[in-house]
Amino acid sequence: MKVEMRHIYKSFGPVRALQDVSLTVQAGTIHGLLGENGAGKTTLMKILSGYLRPDRGEILLDGQAVHFRSPAEGLRHGIGMLHQDPMDFPALSVLDNFMMGHEGGLWLDRRGARRALKELADAFGFDLDPDARVDSLTVGERQQLELLRLLWRGVRVLILDEPTTGISAPQKVRLFATLRRLAEEGKAVIFVTHKLEEVEELCHRVTVLRQGRLAGEVIPPYSPARLIELMFGRPVPMPERERIPLGEPVLEVQDLVVGDHRLRLSRVRLTVRAGEIIGLAGMEGSGQQLLMRACAGLIRPWEGTIRVSGRDLTGKPYSAFLEAGVLYVPANRLEEGLIPGLTLTEHFQLVYPNGRHLIDWEQARAEAQRRIREFHIRGRPETPVEALSGGNQQRTLLALIRTPARLLLLEHPTRGLDVESSLWVWERLKERARQGTALMVVSSDLQELMQYCHRIVVFFSGRVSEPIDAEQLTLDRLGHMIAGRGW
Amino acid sequence: MKEILLPRVRTSRWLAVGWQGLSILMALLFTTLVLLLTGAPPLEAYRQVLEGAFGSLKRATDILVAWVPLMLVTSGLLLTFTAGLWNIGVEGQIVLGAIATTGVVRALQHTDLPPPIILVLALLAGMAGGAAWAGLVGLLKVYGGVHEIFGGLGLNFVATTLILWLIFGPWKRPGIGSMSGTEPFPERLMFPTLPGLRLSPWALGMALLSVALVYVLLRNTYFGLRLKAIGKNLRAAHLLGVPTTRYLFLALLGCGAMAGLAGSIQVTAVYHRLIPPISSGYGYLGLLVAMLANYRVTWSVPVAFFFAALNIGSIQLPITLKLDSTLSGVMQGALVLFVLLMQGVRARWQAKTTVESDDGA
Repeated sequence: MKVEMRHIYKSFGPVRALQDVSLTVQAGTIHGLLGENGAGKTTLMKILSGYLRPDRGEILLDGQAVHFRSPAEGLRHGIGMLHQDPMDFPALSVLDNFMMGHEGGLWLDRRGARRALKELADAFGFDLDPDARVDSLTVGERQQLELLRLLWRGVRVLILDEPTTGISAPQKVRLFATLRRLAEEGKAVIFVTHKLEEVEELCHRVTVLRQGRLAGEVIPPYSPARLIELMFGRPVPMPERERIPLGEPVLEVQDLVVGDHRLRLSRVRLTVRAGEIIGLAGMEGSGQQLLMRACAGLIRPWEGTIRVSGRDLTGKPYSAFLEAGVLYVPANRLEEGLIPGLTLTEHFQLVYPNGRHLIDWEQARAEAQRRIREFHIRGRPETPVEALSGGNQQRTLLALIRTPARLLLLEHPTRGLDVESSLWVWERLKERARQGTALMVVSSDLQELMQYCHRIVVFFSGRVSEPIDAEQLTLDRLGHMIAGRGW
Repeated sequence: MKEILLPRVRTSRWLAVGWQGLSILMALLFTTLVLLLTGAPPLEAYRQVLEGAFGSLKRATDILVAWVPLMLVTSGLLLTFTAGLWNIGVEGQIVLGAIATTGVVRALQHTDLPPPIILVLALLAGMAGGAAWAGLVGLLKVYGGVHEIFGGLGLNFVATTLILWLIFGPWKRPGIGSMSGTEPFPERLMFPTLPGLRLSPWALGMALLSVALVYVLLRNTYFGLRLKAIGKNLRAAHLLGVPTTRYLFLALLGCGAMAGLAGSIQVTAVYHRLIPPISSGYGYLGLLVAMLANYRVTWSVPVAFFFAALNIGSIQLPITLKLDSTLSGVMQGALVLFVLLMQGVRARWQAKTTVESDDGA
């Protein structure tokens, strides 16, 4: 099915999210939609799928004008969208999720659905247990499930919004193969991303958005420099890893055993020194988070010791770790990192109190203003954090990391951020390292880990490698190790 | 891209007032309907309620007599609501305050201690009693994994049983225990009231003080900010270094103390003895006031006054119109339901007109 979006406009209050954007996608192709955060990619796709309505402009399917009032209507016309965060029902089974939204009579045809799920899963080489609960699945598997569900519903246009976020390398390879096959079968695939290499690898044609406007359309062979220029309006320089003279050991982990029957790390040994950046690589849920949370004092290890700057903190409460200068920044910003409903000023006051009982709001506001400027947060002191964009929430999290700190534990500090914001985040982190803080960073972006970390620890379903010097590591070898080969 | 503000931040104050007015109107309509169904003349009933509330100076000050415990309880509840706690147990906390106060008065009334000292001790005991009962809710929640709603509800029943046992058992009037309560206190151990009225300026002063205290606590202190943080996101507050357990307990203890003080005042300044319905349902009513006031200290003052006026105004309904005095309850309940309903309707309406803000798009 050929998709045409013509002269689409969309505003949210005073914010112009899209201005005069047109997009044509041919059947049987994979069409990339590239742009930094806030460029309007997701908004445009939500409009196409019926999730949002445009202020102006029209949508044509095979030349027929259509107006969707809901995603269900979009789906009936054959348009399905895979959202950035899985929109499924974690407490239900895979089969129940698969059947969700299926139109039919009063009775559920479980047996038919089970057969359809199995056939589709086999066809694409996905391994999904129909009776498993969805919350036991990895992000990649949940994505596979949603993909199959949409295919079963008969979509002819498939939209994927940043589908490679949070999935493992092998899952990504399988996803790409699946998408190519769907395109060959004549479906139109729209692939939303901010990662250049994915566009180069996959897309037959790319539309670039910048700040809600059409920046340009490109066909292969792609020139990365040209794409970056279209995305940002100017070329962005790539940074170098820097060698910092390492100081005293800050974190000493010895023979650590932590976890439960599903996933357990055994006998982990690790020393992180002042000024060092250690990367934790591995598929999501391979044990990185266990180590991070044990080192933050959030979960108690079964055995082994954790020392921070020589002090034994094993089994001590979180507050003792905090006092010792161990700071933990979780991945899910609005669930664990920030407090929706509280303003920026209130967040800063929580973390940096003035030492008295009474809050001086005048001073607090000025203080917040200063940090907002320092950390380039786009918001005002009285803006509630949930009203900030993802990138600005991440900047706020960074601004909430107390100084001085001995050890920073960061989970996916650049997840969902565009290239420029990521660069900025890493500049701040490198600055902290230069000041003598030890850093431990979990990321699923191997390139990023290779680029900034001095040593990398690889995780594979509970197995933990010795720290490997990043200079002796290639992206290829790292990718293999994460998949459990070449240990 | 410019920052995206949520619709909530942008709505005008007048629109909010309009919605609130609409819900009051609907509650009034609903009550009228109920009155018509029972065959009572609605306009006459409303006139009687007004007359009953503001017909004389005595009645008008009676509103304040009811307002004092209601406001104390509501102030306390604002602390627990801010911390994200549903302190249903507030009803029992009032009762325990009343019991503790009565206990102290009974123990000390025949000693030579000067009356003011006994009264102060009795009030402090009441606050301690309420706080202890609230502390139990906290212990059950933090160490027993019992949700505060269930723990509080259970403890309310225990408190009711306890007060009945005391009144019909150990503290019964010489001779026979009766629903009319314990032996009245000696006159020197009653809070002085304004001449010819039931209102005690001391009690009024304490209620005003509690409102002011909670206002400052929630608005201008780190204590209040931390409570708010816990209430909005316990996990993140913990990770950001707020000692969450301590603050949950502090919120409960604070609320319990204020509820206990309310019970204490009912005993020493209103009834001068312990009676079975000593809490008068002010605990549950306080929950309604806090909800209707949208958990704001400033709004809760007039709302509590309005509820108190309804209670006082409907007292004479049984005599004049042969209507049950629970009409005030119907109105209060209808009001809260319609306000909550309108909040829901309004949220839907705004979602339709502004559409969700599109994060990271």
